Formats: sequence, structure tokens, C-alpha cells
Amino acid sequence: MTQADLYTLLPLIVLVIWACALLLVDLLIPRGRKGITAFLAALGLALTLGLTLAQVSAAGTAFQGMVVLDGFARFVNALLALTGLLGVGLAYGYVRRMGIERGEYYTLLLFSVAGMMLMAQAADLIVVFLALELLSIPLYILAAFARPKETSEEAGLKYFLLGAFATGFVVYGIALTFGATGTTSLSGIIAAASNGDAGLLLTIGAALILVGFGFKVAVVPFHMWTPDVYQGAPSAVTAFMAAGAKIAGFAALLRVFGLAFSSLSADLTAILWTLSALTMIVGNILAIAQTNIKRLLAYSSIAHAGYILMAFVPFGNAEVLPVSVAAGVFYLVAYTLTNFGAWAVVIALEKAEGRGLDLDDYAGLGRKYPALAAAMTVFMLSLTGVPPTLGLVGKFYLFRAVIAGGFYGLAVIGVLTSLISAYYYLRVVVIMYMREGEPERVSEPWLNLTWAASALAVVLISLVPAPLFAWASQAVFALF
Amino acid sequence: MTNLVLFLVLAVVAVVTALGMLLSRNAVYAALFLVLNFATVAVFYILLEAPFIAMTQVTVYAGAIMVLFLFVIMLLGAERLPGTEPLPWQRPLAIFLALVLAVEAGYLLFARRAAGGMFASAAPDFGSPQAIGTMLFNRYLLPFEVTSVLLLVAMVGAIVLTKKEKGGRE
Repeated sequence: MTQADLYTLLPLIVLVIWACALLLVDLLIPRGRKGITAFLAALGLALTLGLTLAQVSAAGTAFQGMVVLDGFARFVNALLALTGLLGVGLAYGYVRRMGIERGEYYTLLLFSVAGMMLMAQAADLIVVFLALELLSIPLYILAAFARPKETSEEAGLKYFLLGAFATGFVVYGIALTFGATGTTSLSGIIAAASNGDAGLLLTIGAALILVGFGFKVAVVPFHMWTPDVYQGAPSAVTAFMAAGAKIAGFAALLRVFGLAFSSLSADLTAILWTLSALTMIVGNILAIAQTNIKRLLAYSSIAHAGYILMAFVPFGNAEVLPVSVAAGVFYLVAYTLTNFGAWAVVIALEKAEGRGLDLDDYAGLGRKYPALAAAMTVFMLSLTGVPPTLGLVGKFYLFRAVIAGGFYGLAVIGVLTSLISAYYYLRVVVIMYMREGEPERVSEPWLNLTWAASALAVVLISLVPAPLFAWASQAVFALF
Repeated sequence: MTNLVLFLVLAVVAVVTALGMLLSRNAVYAALFLVLNFATVAVFYILLEAPFIAMTQVTVYAGAIMVLFLFVIMLLGAERLPGTEPLPWQRPLAIFLALVLAVEAGYLLFARRAAGGMFASAAPDFGSPQAIGTMLFNRYLLPFEVTSVLLLVAMVGAIVLTKKEKGGRE
């Protein structure tokens, strides 16, 4: 272990040490003043974010090729640290209000972010697996954090059981890949796969790994757990889970599929195509019937997993792949901001005992709280993909890349399902403005900051998206 | 010669304990039979010159996992197994799967024998505790450390999910 090794993982190491220290410091903080823990956690994440941005990306691999530092890792790590910060911001008032304020909430969140960051930097399937567990296990616990509330316990257990099942697929896939190529390092797999056909075993291994990650990012037909878990888990956890797990899962998919398995495109492109199309169709159509805002956002998150998965469909085409992956990464940023904003509004209206979560509870919001309703409108428009929002820009880049790859059918499905999605997203807007009602909202400084800042970012970045897209492209292009 | 005698004795013990585990109607006895079986298999590994696997077998399987088994059995008060089969389709399925396994193993044995030589022998210190330790603390240092963080998180989680609130609502 050299200084270069430590430098490569510096933000991650700082974050893990910070989380361990916070675990101890939290014991000294009296009950009822756990806001201090939240503040310290946010400080740690801000420090991590700063270190990530300060890293110079020339370092390459470290720890005997186990992890890698490149532009892509830095970009995703910065996004993940931001996700963590937003997650703490959303949780700060919410956990107190719901009576589940315990210091471990923030520690577990930090550990989960650490797992996600490790995932983005993984260069070996063993590290991919460990990172997957490190990000998932805190999420299982956080989902059940509102115990002894039954829905939360159910969410935690369901997420845990299905997550463990999915992990089994990943491990089996890794084992078969190891059997086919004799190595677990991604660069080794690239070498072994390109100098001759590694055969059926590698294809099956790759497919199993895809199944496991499909569970994590909620791709149809591996999405069954999503609505129940998203609905049962505390809303602040759901917001963090929806964004963080997706970012990390897709980052790993890129590393594993875009780079290591690119020789398998003949076998797997059709599978990815089908998964992506199915996810968009099923997610959007099932969302129409929802009357609970949390379930609606859960199906919406499934549908968006389909859109992001689009970016990986041309993964065998070396010319299109960088552009499409850059579009996918850009879409992840757009989704993260929109997602956190929408959940912040949900949290502002949620009351104890799970009330205030029906779509009908949003009636009259436009008249009573114009700013909040306007923000929610922005998020709904962004999720649909209507200007002037980031969602539109993200979809535009995605569809353009997919069309450049020659997958016209997929682009058509993407556009059509976006049209379908307009029905249920805009229904929320219609209910907010057209119906009479007396909604009660909670006003907390950090919560208000989250939705206001997200709404502003979603609109403003959409007006000048080029610098962000350039940054994403630069991050991704360095990989190829 | 001694190895052969040792093997034969242990093989009998291994088969008998495995049968005992299956046929015992008391879950605690079944678990104890399984401990004995694990220990016997551990000695097999030593005979095959794989000391590290033998140690792992004893500490992980015969130790940790069996303690968990017994703990759960006693916690649930499930010492007496029900007389009837709770899952009726289980037995035929188990027999079928066991047959598939036996056929596959037999085929491999004969195929390997026909090809000459059973197994390629490994390098002399392959899988020795020292080699594995060196590997673990050099090449696999990072995964090793990440595992320790993972265990810490799991432990914190277990406590968070089971701890009673002070003056709490439970």
C-alpha cells in the first residue's frame, strides 16, 4: 500500500473514517439533539465532495488493480456525495417529525454512500460485489428504520430478501466469469474475452450479473419489490435509495458491460434492448393506475431505469457507446435532482401515520402554497420530459444517442412511453391547480432549501446544459 | 497405508453421521450429527493436504454456522420435528436431484479416468495458509478491509433493528 493507493481512494477513505468516528461521537450527543449528528454527517459528505473535486484524475489503478480513479469515477463520486448531502437534508426534519430520530440513520447513510462510491471506482468483480453489499445493507436497514411500523418493517424485510437473492445472482455470475476467464479483474476479463471466444460460460456469467444489477436498479421484470419498498420505507430513505442505488448500479453496469463484456454484444444487445423497452412500457403503464404519490414515484423510478438502461443498449458499438453513456450519465444527474425535488415536496406534505400521501391530498396546493406547487410542477414536467426542464434535455441526448446507434425502435418506444407518462405526471399538476382542497405543508429550512434549489437547478441547467454535458462526456470519453 | 486406514474409518463415520443427521427426528441431535460430519470432512481435507480448508471447515462450519443453527433451533423451540412431511413434494425432488448429482459425479470420474490421470496435481504450497495469508494482505488487501467495514455495518444494523427504545413505544 503506497501513497498513490491512498490518494486514489482518498475521498472514500475519509468518508469511511468519518462514518466510524461519527458512530462513536453520536453516543455523546444527547437524545433529542441528533440534529448535530446530521450536521456532522453533512460536513463529512461536503468534505468528501470537496476532496473528490480536488482529485486530479491522472492516478490510474491502485491496490493491485482493485480500484481505479478516472474522470468517470470522479464525476459519479461527486454526484454520489451530492446525493448523500441531499439525503441528509431531506432526513433532517423528517426523522424528527416521524419520531424515528436516531443517530445511526446518518451513519448508515454515510456507509451506504461509501459503498456507492466504491462501486463507481471498482476495477475488479470482487470489489464490485463488496461495494454492492456495502451500499445495500445500510439501505435494507434504513428501509426498516421506522420500526415498529409494519409497512416499514415489511419494506425492510422484502428489500433484504430480494436483495440477497439478487446478490446470489451477481455472485454466481462472477464465479462463472472467473471460471471462463480465470480472472476477476475487469482489465483481465477484457484481455481474455478479446483474444478468442471465452465461450458460453462468460455469456451466462454476464447475463447473471445483469440480472443481479437489474434487481438493484429496478428493471422490469426484476422490479416487483420496488413499489412496496418505496412505499413502506420512510420517504427520506426512499428518495436517497431511488437516486443513490440507481447511480451506483448504472456506474457498475457501465464498468462491467461497457468495458469488460463489450465483446459479448452480439449475444446481449437484444437482451438489453428488451429489458429497456419492457421497463419503459411496464413502468409507465402501471404508474397510471396509482393513487398514492409514493407508489406513483416508485413506478416512475422504474420507468426511468428503463430510459437510463437505453444508454447501454449500443454497448458493442465503440463509436456510439461513449456518447450514449455520456447521455446516460447526464440523465442520471437530471433524474437525481428531479427525484430529490419531488420527494422533498412529498415529505413536505406527508403527515404521521402515512397520511397526506394520496394524490387527492395535493388538491388546492396551487392556491395555498404557490411556490411549493410551482416546484412540484417543475419536477413533474421534468419527469415527463417537457421544456424548460432538465428531464427534456436528458431525454433528448439519450434518444439522439440511441438513434445514432441505429436503434430506432427503442427511441420510438421511449417517445411513446414519455407521452403515456405525461398522463399521470400532469394529473398531479391538474389536481394541484384545478381542485379545491386544504393541504397542510410542513416548512423546514433544509427541506425548503432542497426543493427550491432542486427546482431552480432543474430549470436553470436545462437552459445551459452544454457545460454539464461536456463535463459528463469528458468524464466518459476518458474511459474509452 | 495409514492414510488408507484413516480414510476408511473416517469414511464410515462420515456416512453414518450424515445418515444420522437425516434420520434423526430431533433437530438438536440432527445438528450435532452435522457437527460430527463437518469435523470428519475437515480431517479428509487434512489427508488431502489442504490444511487451510480444513481449518476453515472447523472454524466456520463446525464452529460459527453450527452455533447459529443450534441457537435458532433452541430459540424457536423446534427440537421435535413434526412426524409428517411439511413439504410433500420435497422428498421426490430431493431424490431426483441427488440422482442427478450422483450421475454427474460418476460420469466425471469415469471420463477423467478414461482420459488418463484423475486430477492435475497442484503446486506444492498451493492453498497453504501462508500463501493465502500473503495473498489476502497484499493483492486482496482492499477487499479484506472493505469486508471488515461491511461487518461493522451489519452489526450496527442488527443493533439498530433490535434495540428497544429507552422509555420507548415497544
